[in-house]
Amino acid sequence: MSPEVTAKCPECEAEIALKDVMEGEIVVCPDCGVDLEVTSLEPVTLDLAPMEEEDWGE
Amino acid sequence: MKIGILMSRVRVEEKMLLAALDRFAVPYERIDDGAAQFDLSDPSPWMQYDAVLERSVSFARGLYATQVLNAWGIPTVNMAHVAATCGDKLVTSAAFSRAGIPQPRVKVAFSAEAALQAIEEMGYPVVMKPVVGSWGRLLSKINDRDAAEAILEHKEILGSYQHSVFYIQEYIKKPGRDIRAMVIGDQTVCAIYRSSAHWITNTARGGQGEVCPVSPELNEICVSAAKAVGGGVLAVDVLEDPDRGYLINEVNHTMEFHSLAPTTGVDVAGLIVDFTLKVARGEIKANLPAFSLPAIAKVEHKASVPAYANYGTMRMR
Repeated sequence: MSPEVTAKCPECEAEIALKDVMEGEIVVCPDCGVDLEVTSLEPVTLDLAPMEEEDWGE
Repeated sequence: MKIGILMSRVRVEEKMLLAALDRFAVPYERIDDGAAQFDLSDPSPWMQYDAVLERSVSFARGLYATQVLNAWGIPTVNMAHVAATCGDKLVTSAAFSRAGIPQPRVKVAFSAEAALQAIEEMGYPVVMKPVVGSWGRLLSKINDRDAAEAILEHKEILGSYQHSVFYIQEYIKKPGRDIRAMVIGDQTVCAIYRSSAHWITNTARGGQGEVCPVSPELNEICVSAAKAVGGGVLAVDVLEDPDRGYLINEVNHTMEFHSLAPTTGVDVAGLIVDFTLKVARGEIKANLPAFSLPAIAKVEHKASVPAYANYGTMRMR
Protein backbone atom coordinates (compact mmCIF):
# COMPACT_ATOMS: atom_id res chain seq x y z
CA MET A 1 0.00 0.00 0.00
CA SER A 2 1.46 3.29 -1.02
CA PRO A 3 0.67 6.40 1.01
CA GLU A 4 -2.01 8.81 -0.05
CA VAL A 5 -0.83 11.65 -2.25
CA THR A 6 -2.61 14.69 -3.56
CA ALA A 7 -2.61 16.24 -7.00
CA LYS A 8 -4.33 19.22 -8.50
CA CYS A 9 -7.19 18.89 -10.97
CA PRO A 10 -6.13 20.77 -14.14
CA GLU A 11 -9.77 21.65 -14.81
CA CYS A 12 -11.01 23.04 -11.48
CA GLU A 13 -7.82 23.13 -9.36
CA ALA A 14 -9.34 20.92 -6.66
CA GLU A 15 -6.83 18.98 -4.54
CA ILE A 16 -7.54 15.31 -5.26
CA ALA A 17 -6.43 12.60 -2.84
CA LEU A 18 -5.06 9.54 -4.64
CA LYS A 19 -4.02 6.15 -3.31
CA ASP A 20 -2.47 3.17 -5.13
CA VAL A 21 -2.76 4.76 -8.55
CA MET A 22 -0.81 3.64 -11.60
CA GLU A 23 0.51 5.65 -14.49
CA GLY A 24 -2.12 5.57 -17.22
CA GLU A 25 -5.00 5.11 -14.80
CA ILE A 26 -8.13 7.20 -15.23
CA VAL A 27 -9.55 8.92 -12.17
CA VAL A 28 -12.56 11.16 -11.85
CA CYS A 29 -12.27 14.53 -10.16
CA PRO A 30 -14.68 14.41 -7.20
CA ASP A 31 -15.27 18.15 -7.45
CA CYS A 32 -15.91 18.81 -11.15
CA GLY A 33 -16.41 15.25 -12.43
CA VAL A 34 -13.91 15.49 -15.31
CA ASP A 35 -11.99 12.34 -16.37
CA LEU A 36 -8.30 12.66 -15.55
CA GLU A 37 -5.35 10.52 -16.51
CA VAL A 38 -2.47 9.90 -14.13
CA THR A 39 0.43 10.98 -16.34
CA SER A 40 3.28 10.45 -13.91
CA LEU A 41 3.81 9.07 -10.42
CA GLU A 42 6.76 10.95 -8.91
CA PRO A 43 5.39 13.46 -8.46
CA VAL A 44 1.82 12.48 -9.23
CA THR A 45 0.48 14.61 -12.06
CA LEU A 46 -2.94 14.63 -13.63
CA ASP A 47 -3.96 15.66 -17.11
CA LEU A 48 -7.32 15.72 -18.84
CA ALA A 49 -8.01 12.19 -20.10
CA PRO A 50 -8.22 11.81 -23.89
CA MET A 51 -11.71 11.97 -25.33
CA GLU A 52 -13.24 8.65 -26.30
CA GLU A 53 -12.47 7.81 -29.91
CA GLU A 54 -14.75 6.04 -32.32
CA ASP A 55 -12.62 2.87 -32.41
CA TRP A 56 -12.36 2.56 -28.64
CA GLY A 57 -13.88 -0.42 -26.98
CA GLU A 58 -13.28 -4.03 -26.14
CA MET B 1 11.13 -15.08 -20.86
CA LYS B 2 9.57 -11.66 -21.14
CA ILE B 3 6.01 -10.57 -21.78
CA GLY B 4 4.99 -7.22 -23.24
CA ILE B 5 1.62 -5.80 -22.31
CA LEU B 6 0.43 -3.25 -24.82
CA MET B 7 -2.06 -0.82 -23.36
CA SER B 8 -3.50 2.64 -23.73
CA ARG B 9 -4.96 3.32 -20.36
CA VAL B 10 -5.14 1.41 -17.14
CA ARG B 11 -8.67 0.19 -16.66
CA VAL B 12 -9.74 -2.14 -13.85
CA GLU B 13 -8.87 -5.05 -16.15
CA GLU B 14 -5.31 -3.85 -16.76
CA LYS B 15 -4.80 -3.44 -13.01
CA MET B 16 -5.95 -7.02 -12.54
CA LEU B 17 -3.68 -8.24 -15.36
CA LEU B 18 -0.64 -6.39 -14.02
CA ALA B 19 -1.33 -7.82 -10.55
CA ALA B 20 -1.58 -11.31 -12.08
CA LEU B 21 1.73 -10.83 -13.93
CA ASP B 22 3.31 -9.82 -10.62
CA ARG B 23 1.81 -12.89 -8.96
CA PHE B 24 3.22 -15.19 -11.64
CA ALA B 25 6.57 -13.43 -11.12
CA VAL B 26 7.11 -13.11 -14.86
CA PRO B 27 9.33 -10.38 -16.27
CA TYR B 28 7.09 -8.03 -18.20
CA GLU B 29 7.05 -4.56 -19.60
CA ARG B 30 4.20 -2.14 -20.04
CA ILE B 31 4.10 -0.76 -23.55
CA ASP B 32 2.14 2.47 -24.01
CA ASP B 33 0.53 2.29 -27.44
CA GLY B 34 0.56 6.09 -27.66
CA ALA B 35 4.34 6.21 -27.21
CA ALA B 36 5.26 3.06 -29.14
CA GLN B 37 6.80 3.15 -32.60
CA PHE B 38 7.70 0.37 -34.95
CA ASP B 39 10.57 0.44 -37.42
CA LEU B 40 9.58 -2.11 -40.00
CA SER B 41 13.21 -2.55 -41.02
CA ASP B 42 14.42 -3.08 -37.44
CA PRO B 43 12.44 -5.43 -35.26
CA SER B 44 15.31 -5.83 -32.77
CA PRO B 45 13.85 -3.67 -29.96
CA TRP B 46 10.78 -5.91 -29.96
CA MET B 47 12.56 -9.26 -30.09
CA GLN B 48 12.95 -9.23 -26.30
CA TYR B 49 9.28 -10.22 -26.01
CA ASP B 50 8.27 -13.87 -26.16
CA ALA B 51 4.64 -12.81 -26.39
CA VAL B 52 2.69 -9.57 -26.25
CA LEU B 53 -0.65 -9.28 -24.49
CA GLU B 54 -2.64 -6.71 -26.44
CA ARG B 55 -4.94 -4.55 -24.31
CA SER B 56 -5.26 -1.39 -26.39
CA VAL B 57 -8.50 0.45 -25.86
CA SER B 58 -8.15 1.56 -29.49
CA PHE B 59 -9.06 -1.13 -32.00
CA ALA B 60 -6.83 0.41 -34.68
CA ARG B 61 -3.74 0.64 -32.48
CA GLY B 62 -4.17 -2.91 -31.20
CA LEU B 63 -4.80 -4.30 -34.66
CA TYR B 64 -1.87 -2.64 -36.41
CA ALA B 65 0.57 -3.22 -33.57
CA THR B 66 -0.22 -6.94 -33.53
CA GLN B 67 -0.03 -7.13 -37.32
CA VAL B 68 3.52 -5.83 -37.19
CA LEU B 69 4.47 -8.04 -34.24
CA ASN B 70 2.98 -11.15 -35.84
CA ALA B 71 4.80 -10.34 -39.07
CA TRP B 72 8.02 -10.43 -37.06
CA GLY B 73 7.05 -13.78 -35.59
CA ILE B 74 6.15 -12.44 -32.16
CA PRO B 75 2.96 -14.14 -30.98
CA THR B 76 0.27 -11.93 -29.52
CA VAL B 77 -2.77 -12.55 -27.36
CA ASN B 78 -4.83 -12.18 -29.34
CA MET B 79 -3.36 -12.60 -32.80
CA ALA B 80 -3.86 -9.81 -35.33
CA HIS B 81 -6.15 -11.84 -37.56
CA VAL B 82 -8.41 -12.49 -34.58
CA ALA B 83 -8.56 -8.74 -33.85
CA ALA B 84 -9.29 -8.06 -37.52
CA THR B 85 -12.22 -10.48 -37.40
CA CYS B 86 -13.62 -9.56 -33.98
CA GLY B 87 -13.15 -5.82 -34.42
CA ASP B 88 -15.47 -5.74 -37.40
CA LYS B 89 -19.02 -6.98 -36.93
CA LEU B 90 -19.45 -7.87 -40.58
CA VAL B 91 -16.22 -9.86 -40.73
CA THR B 92 -17.32 -11.63 -37.54
CA SER B 93 -20.72 -12.47 -39.04
CA ALA B 94 -19.02 -13.74 -42.19
CA ALA B 95 -16.76 -15.98 -40.07
CA PHE B 96 -19.81 -17.31 -38.21
CA SER B 97 -21.58 -17.90 -41.49
CA ARG B 98 -18.64 -19.84 -42.78
CA ALA B 99 -18.36 -21.97 -39.64
CA GLY B 100 -22.10 -22.53 -39.31
CA ILE B 101 -22.35 -20.72 -35.96
CA PRO B 102 -25.97 -19.82 -35.13
CA GLN B 103 -26.37 -16.05 -35.27
CA PRO B 104 -29.14 -13.50 -35.77
CA ARG B 105 -30.00 -12.88 -39.40
CA VAL B 106 -27.68 -10.25 -40.86
CA LYS B 107 -27.87 -8.27 -44.06
CA VAL B 108 -25.34 -5.85 -45.44
CA ALA B 109 -25.80 -3.14 -48.03
CA PHE B 110 -23.57 -0.35 -49.28
CA SER B 111 -26.05 2.37 -50.15
CA ALA B 112 -28.95 3.89 -48.22
CA GLU B 113 -31.39 2.76 -50.93
CA ALA B 114 -30.22 -0.85 -50.85
CA ALA B 115 -30.15 -0.76 -47.04
CA LEU B 116 -33.73 0.48 -46.86
CA GLN B 117 -34.83 -2.30 -49.18
CA ALA B 118 -32.95 -4.86 -47.07
CA ILE B 119 -34.57 -3.54 -43.88
CA GLU B 120 -38.07 -3.62 -45.39
CA GLU B 121 -37.52 -7.19 -46.55
CA MET B 122 -36.22 -8.25 -43.12
CA GLY B 123 -39.16 -6.61 -41.33
CA TYR B 124 -39.23 -4.25 -38.36
CA PRO B 125 -37.74 -3.90 -35.86
CA VAL B 126 -34.14 -4.27 -36.99
CA VAL B 127 -30.90 -3.27 -35.32
CA MET B 128 -28.34 -1.27 -37.25
CA LYS B 129 -24.77 -1.28 -35.98
CA PRO B 130 -21.54 0.36 -37.08
CA VAL B 131 -19.22 -2.41 -38.30
CA VAL B 132 -16.49 -1.01 -36.05
CA GLY B 133 -17.47 0.16 -32.61
CA SER B 134 -18.00 -1.02 -29.09
CA TRP B 135 -19.67 -0.34 -25.76
CA GLY B 136 -23.05 -0.17 -27.49
CA ARG B 137 -22.12 3.06 -29.26
CA LEU B 138 -24.30 4.21 -32.17
CA LEU B 139 -26.52 1.13 -32.16
CA SER B 140 -29.96 1.89 -33.54
CA LYS B 141 -33.11 -0.15 -33.04
CA ILE B 142 -35.25 0.80 -36.00
CA ASN B 143 -38.95 0.26 -35.47
CA ASP B 144 -40.43 1.66 -38.66
CA ARG B 145 -39.71 3.09 -42.09
CA ASP B 146 -39.62 6.70 -40.88
CA ALA B 147 -36.90 5.85 -38.40
CA ALA B 148 -35.03 3.80 -41.02
CA GLU B 149 -34.95 6.72 -43.47
CA ALA B 150 -33.76 9.13 -40.79
CA ILE B 151 -31.01 6.84 -39.47
CA LEU B 152 -29.79 6.00 -42.97
CA GLU B 153 -29.58 9.67 -43.91
CA HIS B 154 -27.65 10.46 -40.75
CA LYS B 155 -25.28 7.55 -41.18
CA GLU B 156 -24.44 8.58 -44.73
CA ILE B 157 -23.02 11.89 -43.51
CA LEU B 158 -21.35 10.68 -40.30
CA GLY B 159 -17.90 10.98 -41.79
CA SER B 160 -16.17 7.64 -41.57
CA TYR B 161 -16.63 5.54 -44.69
CA GLN B 162 -17.48 2.64 -42.42
CA HIS B 163 -20.82 4.22 -41.57
CA SER B 164 -21.84 3.70 -45.18
CA VAL B 165 -21.40 -0.04 -44.74
CA PHE B 166 -24.90 -0.76 -43.52
CA TYR B 167 -24.91 -3.71 -41.14
CA ILE B 168 -28.50 -4.72 -40.50
CA GLN B 169 -29.30 -7.31 -37.89
CA GLU B 170 -32.57 -8.98 -37.03
CA TYR B 171 -33.84 -7.80 -33.63
CA ILE B 172 -33.89 -10.72 -31.19
CA LYS B 173 -36.62 -10.59 -28.56
CA LYS B 174 -34.21 -11.64 -25.85
CA PRO B 175 -35.49 -12.05 -22.28
CA GLY B 176 -34.14 -8.71 -20.98
CA ARG B 177 -30.66 -10.10 -20.80
CA ASP B 178 -27.82 -11.55 -22.79
CA ILE B 179 -24.90 -13.77 -21.87
CA ARG B 180 -21.24 -12.76 -21.73
CA ALA B 181 -19.09 -15.88 -21.75
CA MET B 182 -15.33 -15.97 -21.36
CA VAL B 183 -13.52 -18.45 -23.56
CA ILE B 184 -9.86 -19.16 -23.00
CA GLY B 185 -8.37 -21.60 -25.48
CA ASP B 186 -10.82 -24.45 -25.80
CA GLN B 187 -12.85 -23.88 -22.65
CA THR B 188 -15.61 -21.53 -21.50
CA VAL B 189 -14.26 -20.57 -18.09
CA CYS B 190 -17.22 -18.54 -16.82
CA ALA B 191 -20.28 -16.63 -17.94
CA ILE B 192 -22.69 -14.01 -16.67
CA TYR B 193 -26.13 -12.86 -17.60
CA ARG B 194 -26.21 -9.14 -18.33
CA SER B 195 -29.64 -7.77 -17.55
CA SER B 196 -31.06 -4.41 -18.40
CA ALA B 197 -34.46 -2.89 -18.88
CA HIS B 198 -32.94 -1.23 -21.96
CA TRP B 199 -32.59 -3.30 -25.13
CA ILE B 200 -28.83 -2.67 -25.02
CA THR B 201 -27.61 -4.96 -22.22
CA ASN B 202 -23.92 -4.05 -22.39
CA THR B 203 -22.49 -3.52 -18.89
CA ALA B 204 -20.73 -0.44 -20.31
CA ARG B 205 -24.27 0.88 -20.61
CA GLY B 206 -25.42 -0.06 -17.12
CA GLY B 207 -26.35 -3.74 -17.63
CA GLN B 208 -26.17 -5.73 -14.39
CA GLY B 209 -24.29 -9.02 -14.05
CA GLU B 210 -25.38 -12.28 -12.47
CA VAL B 211 -23.79 -15.76 -12.70
CA CYS B 212 -24.82 -17.84 -15.70
CA PRO B 213 -24.10 -21.57 -15.31
CA VAL B 214 -21.90 -22.88 -18.13
CA SER B 215 -23.85 -25.85 -19.47
CA PRO B 216 -22.17 -28.25 -21.92
CA GLU B 217 -24.35 -26.73 -24.66
CA LEU B 218 -23.33 -23.15 -23.81
CA ASN B 219 -19.69 -24.19 -23.55
CA GLU B 220 -19.77 -25.87 -26.94
CA ILE B 221 -21.40 -23.02 -28.83
CA CYS B 222 -19.09 -20.42 -27.23
CA VAL B 223 -15.94 -22.41 -27.93
CA SER B 224 -17.10 -22.98 -31.52
CA ALA B 225 -17.75 -19.24 -31.93
CA ALA B 226 -14.32 -18.43 -30.48
CA LYS B 227 -12.67 -20.91 -32.85
CA ALA B 228 -14.63 -19.48 -35.79
CA VAL B 229 -12.95 -16.10 -35.26
CA GLY B 230 -9.49 -17.63 -34.81
CA GLY B 231 -9.42 -18.57 -31.12
CA GLY B 232 -7.49 -17.26 -28.14
CA VAL B 233 -8.76 -15.28 -25.17
CA LEU B 234 -12.21 -14.13 -26.16
CA ALA B 235 -15.47 -12.86 -24.70
CA VAL B 236 -18.47 -14.27 -26.52
CA ASP B 237 -21.81 -12.45 -26.39
CA VAL B 238 -24.75 -14.80 -26.66
CA LEU B 239 -28.43 -13.99 -27.22
CA GLU B 240 -31.22 -16.32 -26.19
CA ASP B 241 -33.87 -16.57 -28.86
CA PRO B 242 -37.22 -17.89 -27.61
CA ASP B 243 -37.44 -20.29 -30.60
CA ARG B 244 -33.91 -20.91 -31.86
CA GLY B 245 -32.03 -21.02 -28.57
CA TYR B 246 -28.51 -19.63 -28.37
CA LEU B 247 -27.42 -17.19 -31.07
CA ILE B 248 -23.96 -15.67 -31.09
CA ASN B 249 -24.06 -11.90 -31.33
CA GLU B 250 -20.38 -11.00 -31.32
CA VAL B 251 -16.96 -11.85 -29.95
CA ASN B 252 -14.68 -9.35 -28.17
CA HIS B 253 -10.93 -9.71 -28.44
CA THR B 254 -9.76 -7.15 -25.82
CA MET B 255 -12.61 -7.79 -23.44
CA GLU B 256 -13.50 -6.03 -20.28
CA PHE B 257 -14.19 -8.37 -17.39
CA HIS B 258 -14.77 -6.02 -14.46
CA SER B 259 -18.27 -7.51 -14.02
CA LEU B 260 -17.43 -11.06 -15.07
CA ALA B 261 -14.57 -11.74 -12.64
CA PRO B 262 -16.12 -10.50 -9.37
CA THR B 263 -19.56 -11.91 -10.23
CA THR B 264 -18.31 -15.41 -11.00
CA GLY B 265 -15.33 -15.46 -8.64
CA VAL B 266 -13.18 -16.77 -11.51
CA ASP B 267 -9.67 -15.32 -11.69
CA VAL B 268 -10.05 -14.21 -15.31
CA ALA B 269 -6.87 -12.10 -15.24
CA GLY B 270 -4.86 -15.03 -13.87
CA LEU B 271 -6.20 -17.33 -16.61
CA ILE B 272 -5.39 -14.76 -19.31
CA VAL B 273 -1.83 -14.41 -18.01
CA ASP B 274 -1.48 -18.20 -17.76
CA PHE B 275 -2.64 -18.53 -21.39
CA THR B 276 -0.23 -15.78 -22.49
CA LEU B 277 2.67 -17.56 -20.79
CA LYS B 278 1.77 -20.80 -22.56
CA VAL B 279 1.77 -18.92 -25.87
CA ALA B 280 5.14 -17.36 -24.98
CA ARG B 281 6.59 -20.79 -24.19
CA GLY B 282 5.22 -22.19 -27.45
CA GLU B 283 2.93 -24.62 -25.61
CA ILE B 284 -0.04 -23.09 -27.36
CA LYS B 285 0.29 -22.34 -31.04
CA ALA B 286 -1.84 -19.61 -32.52
CA ASN B 287 -4.35 -20.74 -35.10
CA LEU B 288 -3.98 -19.63 -38.65
CA PRO B 289 -6.38 -17.00 -39.97
CA ALA B 290 -9.77 -18.56 -40.56
CA PHE B 291 -9.91 -17.10 -44.04
CA SER B 292 -6.65 -18.62 -45.16
CA LEU B 293 -8.23 -22.05 -44.89
CA PRO B 294 -9.73 -23.57 -48.03
CA ALA B 295 -12.89 -21.78 -49.05
CA ILE B 296 -16.37 -23.17 -48.59
CA ALA B 297 -16.98 -25.86 -51.18
CA LYS B 298 -19.43 -24.40 -53.65
CA VAL B 299 -20.72 -27.38 -55.59
CA GLU B 300 -21.60 -25.39 -58.68
CA HIS B 301 -18.04 -24.01 -58.92
CA LYS B 302 -16.31 -27.36 -58.64
CA ALA B 303 -15.14 -27.31 -62.23
CA SER B 304 -11.76 -28.63 -63.31
CA VAL B 305 -10.72 -25.13 -64.37
CA PRO B 306 -8.46 -23.56 -61.76
CA ALA B 307 -9.68 -20.33 -60.21
CA TYR B 308 -8.77 -17.21 -62.21
CA ALA B 309 -7.82 -19.35 -65.23
CA ASN B 310 -9.90 -17.07 -67.44
CA TYR B 311 -8.55 -13.89 -65.97
CA GLY B 312 -6.19 -13.14 -68.85
CA THR B 313 -8.82 -13.58 -71.54
CA MET B 314 -11.30 -11.53 -69.54
CA ARG B 315 -8.88 -8.65 -69.40
CA MET B 316 -8.33 -8.85 -73.17
CA ARG B 317 -11.96 -8.08 -73.91
